[in-house]
Amino acid sequence: MEKMTSPYKWGMVIDLDRCTGCGACVVACQAENNVGLSDKKEISEGRSMQWLRIERFWVGEYPDVRVRFLPVMCQHCHDAPCEPVCPVYASYHNPDGLNGQVYNRCVGTRYCGNNCPYAVRVFNFYPHEWPKPLDNQLSPDITVRSRGVMEKCSFCIQRIRRAKEDASGEGRLVRDNEVQPACAQTCPSEAMVFGNLADPHSRVARLARSPRRFKLLEHLGTHPSVCYLKGGGREHV
Amino acid sequence: MSEPIPAAAKSASQLNDELLSSLRPPSRSWWLLVSLLGLVVAWGLAAFTWQVSHGMYVTGKNRPVMWALYITGFVFWVGLSHSGTMVSAILRLSKANWRRPILRAAEAMTVFSISVAGLFPLIHLGRNWIFYYLIPYPNQRGLWPNFRSALLWDVTAITSYIIGSTLFLYLGMIPDLAVVRDRSTGWRHTLYSVLAMGWRGTASQWITYQKASTLMAALIIPVAVSVHSIVAWDFAVTVVPGWHSTIFPPYFVIGAILSGVAAVITLMIIIRKAFHLEEYLTPLHFDNMGKLLLVISLLWSYAYFVEVQTTWYAHEPIEWEVFSFMSSRYTPQLLLMLLGNAFLPIFCMCFKRLRRSIGVMLVVSLMVNVAMFIERFLIIVPSLSHKNMPFVWGSYTPSLVESSVNLGALAGFCLMYALFVKLFPIVALSDVRELEERQAGVRLGRTSLPSIAGKE
Repeated sequence: MEKMTSPYKWGMVIDLDRCTGCGACVVACQAENNVGLSDKKEISEGRSMQWLRIERFWVGEYPDVRVRFLPVMCQHCHDAPCEPVCPVYASYHNPDGLNGQVYNRCVGTRYCGNNCPYAVRVFNFYPHEWPKPLDNQLSPDITVRSRGVMEKCSFCIQRIRRAKEDASGEGRLVRDNEVQPACAQTCPSEAMVFGNLADPHSRVARLARSPRRFKLLEHLGTHPSVCYLKGGGREHV
Repeated sequence: MSEPIPAAAKSASQLNDELLSSLRPPSRSWWLLVSLLGLVVAWGLAAFTWQVSHGMYVTGKNRPVMWALYITGFVFWVGLSHSGTMVSAILRLSKANWRRPILRAAEAMTVFSISVAGLFPLIHLGRNWIFYYLIPYPNQRGLWPNFRSALLWDVTAITSYIIGSTLFLYLGMIPDLAVVRDRSTGWRHTLYSVLAMGWRGTASQWITYQKASTLMAALIIPVAVSVHSIVAWDFAVTVVPGWHSTIFPPYFVIGAILSGVAAVITLMIIIRKAFHLEEYLTPLHFDNMGKLLLVISLLWSYAYFVEVQTTWYAHEPIEWEVFSFMSSRYTPQLLLMLLGNAFLPIFCMCFKRLRRSIGVMLVVSLMVNVAMFIERFLIIVPSLSHKNMPFVWGSYTPSLVESSVNLGALAGFCLMYALFVKLFPIVALSDVRELEERQAGVRLGRTSLPSIAGKE
């Protein structure tokens, strides 16, 4: 067991049986994190700025066709391939087990984006602007990224920071369910559960012990902090 | 290997005149060439400025293909820079006398191509204006660059190689600079006087020079090998399918030497034609370079076969997907690569007549480098296009800006070379004359003794 430097190890469980593919999480993430708005052209060029995407797969042959959804965001790997390759430490590992990204430090080599097997890192190919009145909803807690900078899901680190500050002000640890990222908060079917994996009694830790659990590209040894609960029954092909 | 050079029995001043012919006042065609190259460089610079002022969207890159033509150019030019080390240092240590007339051209090529290569990682940055974050400069916040990153190894290796190869070129040039100094007037005389560092050609100077140049030749080889190994590690240390491969460092080094040797052959042909050095760059030199090309091409083919064979045999799904995508989307390029790097050189270089034919050598050497550029591209782009998550598979088409910058880099290399040729002796004068002296043996009965005692 490696030495724990923090009482927190933030993680998420996504129940694919509950996910309806509605995309509310994608919108919530966009609104919360000052993520640049991509138009049709940018998206068709493969330059959309989504930190969180819903992968859609068709399973089976007509007429027995099912659609399956897989929400994918930064997996916050314990052994993250994006971290060691950054020449300027813009991509770093924080004590809570999060993959941080220092926007001001990023020079835009895009090496992290190449080495991320989940392809969740998005690069600001375009300078982004927020047409009125959308500029009024930019969050003051987060940097507005310039062009040429890599960015990605942070598990809404600004919310985590605030919760930790509140908790330490009261001399306690962050309680289970006290903090959740925008995607999990918005999910209408509660498919996403966020919490502290280091606390064995937290909801996320209990769900993460489910026999339905799997992780994306587990064979690469990246040890993601996000795990998925696979759909059961007939739908599981 | 020590066949005599057919330019024997000429006086020293005659030799000097002929070998330094490139330093004569530039002709109109030279001015024309330089202005044409200057225009292309300006076009490339304009394209780069456009990219800096607008953003990376002017390139063809996207998610997931975040590296493309710039990094292809980088790896290609680093590969080309192995010419000087190979031809000059290795042949010097192995005492191949035929290297002498071409070593300067090769060493200069190393310096210019590594300088061009070094620009690409900076060109490709999203925020070029803060490139100095990559340098371990002292700063108030105590921030260091990340020494675990292969890109930082790149910065280190490229910088060392630029410094090392420049010193190597300069050191070898000192006696020649002294000759030029003594023949020149005006500002050129001042320039060469400074650069020749007071060379007088005394015995002690020659002894020191011999020691230093042999030492430099031995020291530059590990640097060259490490440079391209590190460039290979940019890819090999990742988890990208098709990149993550242990054979990459030796394979890249072999590819680098292949393109370097081919480039030297091209250059020999151009210099021979431009400065009428037919007497010094003889079919013998092309014959020997052809043999070298044959060996390296065979090695390259072996390394490529080993790489692909492992992928094919293991049939690991994602690795195989990358290979299938590469061979289906880029079939013409793949075939051209195999033709230029393997079939053509291996076939042609087997025959003495073809090796000694300047026309054949020109076609083969140019084809090798076209194929090597394609090879770099086929390593970089298909792997990124089809990474592990099928939902974000993509593809890449080079944009006008990227092509212009690459073209500008090629023109910049040629421009630096054209200027170098007019300012510095392009044939290693003292090395050629040393060989003449050595071979002007003293006949004693049936044997011929070297006129200069001692080892080379």
